[in-house]
Amino acid sequence: MSKRRTERLLSIVVLLLSTRRYLTADQIRAAVHGYPEPYDTFKRMFERDKDELRDLGIPLEVGVNSPLDDEPGYRIRRQDYELPEITLEADEAAVLGIAARVWQSAEFAGAAAGALLKLRAAGMEDDDAAAAPGIEPRLRTPEPAFGPLWEAVRDRRPVTFSYRAQGRSDAQRREVEPWGVVNRRGRWYVAGHDRARNATRVFRLSRIEGPVRMAGRPGSVTVPGDADVRELVRDWDWSPPRDHTAVLRVRDGAGLGLRRYALSTEPDVPGWDRVTARFGDVPWYADHVAWYGPDVVVLDPPDLREAVIARLKGVLA
Amino acid sequence: MTQPPRMVTSAERLRRLLALVPYVVSRKSVGLAETAVAFGVSERELVDDLNLVWCVELSSPDPYCPIDLSYEGGEIVVSQAESIARPLRLTADEASALLVALRMLSEVPGDRSATSRLIAKLEAAAGEAAAASAQVAVQIEVPNEDGVAQQIRSALAAGRRLHLRYYVPGRDEATERDVDPMRLLVVEGRTYLEAWCLLAEGVRLFRLDRVLSLEVLDVPSAVPEDAEHVDVDQGLFRPSDSDVLVTLELSAEARWVAEYYPCESVTELADGWLRAALRTPDTRWVRRLALRLGEDGRVTGPPELVSAVRQDAAAALALYA
Repeated sequence: MSKRRTERLLSIVVLLLSTRRYLTADQIRAAVHGYPEPYDTFKRMFERDKDELRDLGIPLEVGVNSPLDDEPGYRIRRQDYELPEITLEADEAAVLGIAARVWQSAEFAGAAAGALLKLRAAGMEDDDAAAAPGIEPRLRTPEPAFGPLWEAVRDRRPVTFSYRAQGRSDAQRREVEPWGVVNRRGRWYVAGHDRARNATRVFRLSRIEGPVRMAGRPGSVTVPGDADVRELVRDWDWSPPRDHTAVLRVRDGAGLGLRRYALSTEPDVPGWDRVTARFGDVPWYADHVAWYGPDVVVLDPPDLREAVIARLKGVLA
Repeated sequence: MTQPPRMVTSAERLRRLLALVPYVVSRKSVGLAETAVAFGVSERELVDDLNLVWCVELSSPDPYCPIDLSYEGGEIVVSQAESIARPLRLTADEASALLVALRMLSEVPGDRSATSRLIAKLEAAAGEAAAASAQVAVQIEVPNEDGVAQQIRSALAAGRRLHLRYYVPGRDEATERDVDPMRLLVVEGRTYLEAWCLLAEGVRLFRLDRVLSLEVLDVPSAVPEDAEHVDVDQGLFRPSDSDVLVTLELSAEARWVAEYYPCESVTELADGWLRAALRTPDTRWVRRLALRLGEDGRVTGPPELVSAVRQDAAAALALYA
């Protein structure tokens, strides 16, 4: 950590905020302490300082004071810099405390803490102890792909990554224009335009292998106006409507997870009930039924019966 | 144990300084100790920060000090702050961190008015920086059949005991118990009730979609003082060393298992197969999982479990003979 550098950066911010005129690099150098004598070294340091300030979100504006100026200058407009007035009621501050803890150990944890600091700096009083409305949500981002994908979405840049689709034994290279990231049922997805396939695709972050690389300049991705990333992921994760009927023989007192969604339950042979239930597709329901092992027998339909038998035989194979 | 000194970049420190000045300005005067806590620094670091700010000197063309402050007697007062009296705007990341979390929170049934008001205020304050947050969405599952989530929230607010009929799929059992509610947790997209269970005499988590029925009792909740919250940041299910170590081999079709259940280790095998090892106090659910996976999964240990799975499959298959 360089104390002098921090001091110099702070000086630039104060200087540029208090001027209405654009100040050239030389004028800044004259007003701020700590730039070295050799001009080339100064220029290099000044370029780095500007990048650093912009990374912090400080709106450095470039312009000229008159059309006759041949060298552009810099200033910071107060209305672009300052957080507008914001006052929170006690219940709002309590909710803010909960929201700031959501990312606790995840990608946005630092950003949430930074936001809280700025709101406190704006005068917000939040007392964590007072905020106990009994609800504690958490989001996690264990997938290393989350960080770079969020940056790509935020800055509208295309990306490439290697992806192993469900059920495939090898990974494939994908080039994607990402439109948004979505968490559904605790899993992260990215939705966007797959360039090679020239189609809209959804990818699960946990199936991305290796690094996510930027494949274009910021601003080079256009998100279609009608793209709804939530809906895309919901459709991808779609389960078919329950429009088939199964007849099952379920042992007395067992198969509660099946009975819970039964259309009807009636006594069958001694020790067993006959349960009728609706289901969407055979593989999904066969998985569900097989879970109950020797407590359930499929009577109908035959394809469901065969699918369960195949699973049981698969165990013994 | 002594902490190694934290390395802070110039940018991070500048971010802190730009918040520190308005923090003091907006409070007129504020204690050193209290401020150090708010900024997560030691008092010594805070004094270094204040000295740095105070030392800023500009020449334009005559030297002057734009910021004047003091911290005599442990009270910080900024008497001149010029242009940095207000905090910097929120960045896109900062605005998104809060807005995405708040929109997720507003999906939980219950009183959402404070959440909606706060979202509107933050969107207004963040301005353009709020736009990117629309590109991140969180959908959580809050089963609210029969208003379960809402009933729990009101029982929490009123401090009342609950009676639960709760389904345990691994054992295929419906259990009945009285619980004293502690918190509603939303983790990994699912909603859980954290409660003191009078049956188990301990803190337990109940998944809301497994609550078969619920009754708010006319009995005050009495969570013991020494009941400890589940540490949600460490993962909800922490295996203990006394648990059984189960090993599974999973085909490419069954790789989801290694994502769904917390595994101790996952190793790649040939042809897209995985070997996964996990710990569990009760292996009955693994027997059921094995039947569900069929040829896409193989339980490889411990040996008792391997033979139990084969017996289950043979017994189930016999019913189709």
